[in-house]
Amino acid sequence: MGVLVLTPEKVAQLEKLLQDYLISIGVSLALLIDEAGNILVSVGENQDVDVTSLAALAAANFGATNQIAKLLGEDDFSILYHKGKKDNIHLSKIRDELILVTVFRDDVPLGLVRLKVNQVAKEIQEI
Amino acid sequence: MALIDLKKKEIYCKIVYYGPGRSGKTTNLLYIYNALPDRFKGKLLTIETKGERTLFFDLLPLSLGKIKDLDIRLQLYTVPGQAIYKPARKIVLKGADGVVFVADSLRIRREKNKESLADLKEHLFEWGVDIHEIPLVFQYNKRDLASMGIPILSVEELQEDLNKDLNAPYFEAVAPKGIGVFDTLKTISKLSVRYIAKKYL
Ligand SMILES: Nc1nc2c(ncn2[C@@H]2O[C@H](COP(=O)(O)OP(=O)(O)OP(=O)(O)O)[C@@H](O)[C@H]2O)c(=O)[nH]1
Ligand SMILES: [Mg+2]
Repeated sequence: MGVLVLTPEKVAQLEKLLQDYLISIGVSLALLIDEAGNILVSVGENQDVDVTSLAALAAANFGATNQIAKLLGEDDFSILYHKGKKDNIHLSKIRDELILVTVFRDDVPLGLVRLKVNQVAKEIQEI
Repeated sequence: MALIDLKKKEIYCKIVYYGPGRSGKTTNLLYIYNALPDRFKGKLLTIETKGERTLFFDLLPLSLGKIKDLDIRLQLYTVPGQAIYKPARKIVLKGADGVVFVADSLRIRREKNKESLADLKEHLFEWGVDIHEIPLVFQYNKRDLASMGIPILSVEELQEDLNKDLNAPYFEAVAPKGIGVFDTLKTISKLSVRYIAKKYL
């Protein structure tokens, strides 16, 4: 059983990364969560979104998809993307235990989100 | 996996209610949810089938108490007990810091309790956790059925079947009436938080 200890410095670093890479391109909400569904940091306009439930569901969704991958003989699906009428959600695995959740509107291109998620993932891995 | 956020001064602790189908796991969460004032609880999230059986999990976030100067945030999860949902149980168990095993006192459920405990051991093992090490509490639920003339297992029998070598704390319960519900919760949260604190604070 591991424990993740977040110091105020780490939180500030992570928030700044999410802000600089994702919120700056128009992503409305970015959450960094662990595979147990805990939220490490969240940035963006999350007033009307229940982020606790969102994190739990995203982690469960990822877990379920990984089990499906195993059934199919895949190693892993490292990215999940769901498209809605207005909001889209993109989940991407970072390191072993972390998942980056981004929520964005249709006016933000998916390709750009993907690119930025990849870039920020590299930076997060180094923290 | 517990999370300690030194900026917000919060400690997050995941507690999973495990046990066979219909043993009363969701009922525990519902009772806690209804009994606590708003300031202690978040939204209750349930993913269930039409027949009110848990399909994936229930989640109740609570904010109860303090350790050192950290606020304790508990995330209570239930697993789906029905045999077919085995993969879902494994996912929900990921990163658990404590487990409540809700056993069904109904005599005809005797084997189901044992199977479910074996299933728990197996999944913990797959996540690299030893059942002897993780904080664990047993709850022997549905004690009220005896008074309706329905055959139930004695506490000694349940202890013998499930808790003989684990020697974990246990409580008798009638979950819909709240009997034993908060005793169980208090004990598992104390054990889990202490366990994390001892190792990492
Ligand atoms: N008489 C009695 N009934 C109980 C007790 N606890 C739960 N029940 C009833 O048992 C049924 C199943 O309870 P749930 O809490 O939904 O069971 P569960 O463990 O969540 O079941 P799954 O989601 O399928 O794993 C419900 O109708 C409850 O009202 C109890 O202590 N006494
Ligand atoms: Mg249930």
